[in-house]
Amino acid sequence: MGLKLSRWQVTRDLVARQKESTGPERLLDGSVILTRLEAAVNWARKYSFFLYPFVTACCGMEFMSVAGPRYDLDRFGAALPRFSPRQADLLMVVGTISHKQAPILVKVYNQMAEPKWVFAFGVCAVSGGFYDNYSVVQGIDTLIPVDIYVPGCPPRPEMVLDGLLQLQQKVKEERWSDWPRGEAPVSRC
Amino acid sequence: MDESVTLKKLAQKFPDAVVGTHRFRGDDTVIVTKDKIRDICFFLRDDPDLLYNFMMDLTVVDYLGREPRFEVVYHLYSLAHNQRVRLKALVPESDLTIDSVVPVWIAADWFEREAYDMYGVVFQGHPNLRRILLYEGFEGHPLRKDYPLKKRQPLIGPVN
Ligand code: SF4
Repeated sequence: MGLKLSRWQVTRDLVARQKESTGPERLLDGSVILTRLEAAVNWARKYSFFLYPFVTACCGMEFMSVAGPRYDLDRFGAALPRFSPRQADLLMVVGTISHKQAPILVKVYNQMAEPKWVFAFGVCAVSGGFYDNYSVVQGIDTLIPVDIYVPGCPPRPEMVLDGLLQLQQKVKEERWSDWPRGEAPVSRC
Repeated sequence: MDESVTLKKLAQKFPDAVVGTHRFRGDDTVIVTKDKIRDICFFLRDDPDLLYNFMMDLTVVDYLGREPRFEVVYHLYSLAHNQRVRLKALVPESDLTIDSVVPVWIAADWFEREAYDMYGVVFQGHPNLRRILLYEGFEGHPLRKDYPLKKRQPLIGPVN
């Protein structure tokens, strides 16, 4: 309720200011908000992530918890997992990535349309975690660019939500010139 | 406890191949040389007193610093007689080969591929001896005791 009231107040203040202003928006009578196109697009992007959950291990349980109603990623606009990378723009790498799986991950990343972001969920995806051994990739950033690292084994849902909010902040500050980023910078796959 | 039929029959039939046997609380173990392993397995499977028709497990143990260094271990079970036996074949590092037992028990196929993958023991006569868990291009055999702990495989990525 408080939030709604304050939003209403913001709108009211905005309308009042527009009426008082001497710029062109004075003529529009509060029905239009002027902004930079870049900012508007970034605003739309940050509240409408389409996730591709690349779930390989136990962190998947935690991912289900965050996505479910109790913690509810939907509140932040990241509600709809797409099970095709071509329709997604947020790659959630949830779990341990083995060397054998690395080419698959890179392929999925390369198939996603830009702009796209990568979320390393759990310490296995961040750095390999305690699987410092012959079979596990020591952090997915050796394969693809990563935007947000959320450590923890598995991370608490609050940490995931915090990571998502930070990613939203990052998206908000992006420029047109940040895109496209191109293919994943791996040498052999 | 009475003497084990399995151990007795094996020692009688293959006096040269059987290096040692022991029996602890009903667990029979036979240590054999690797040369006659397939004959021994056929005998264990087909002899009417033994009938070890179920191959439960096959693995390798690396005794680094011992000679012979490797042991291929077979766990067998006889459904007819409710008997188990553990067969250990000694394989030296200088000649890392042993006859495949896929002709005896088809179940040995993937076990032997895994043993080859992890330890590099070559199973002669195996129909398809490729790596099973790791990928082509992996260097070394990671379950050997002397595989470097921090070794990184060069397949993928600029840092790995
Ligand atoms: S970080 Fe922990 S919980 Fe997550 S995939 Fe790795 S081992 Fe599993």
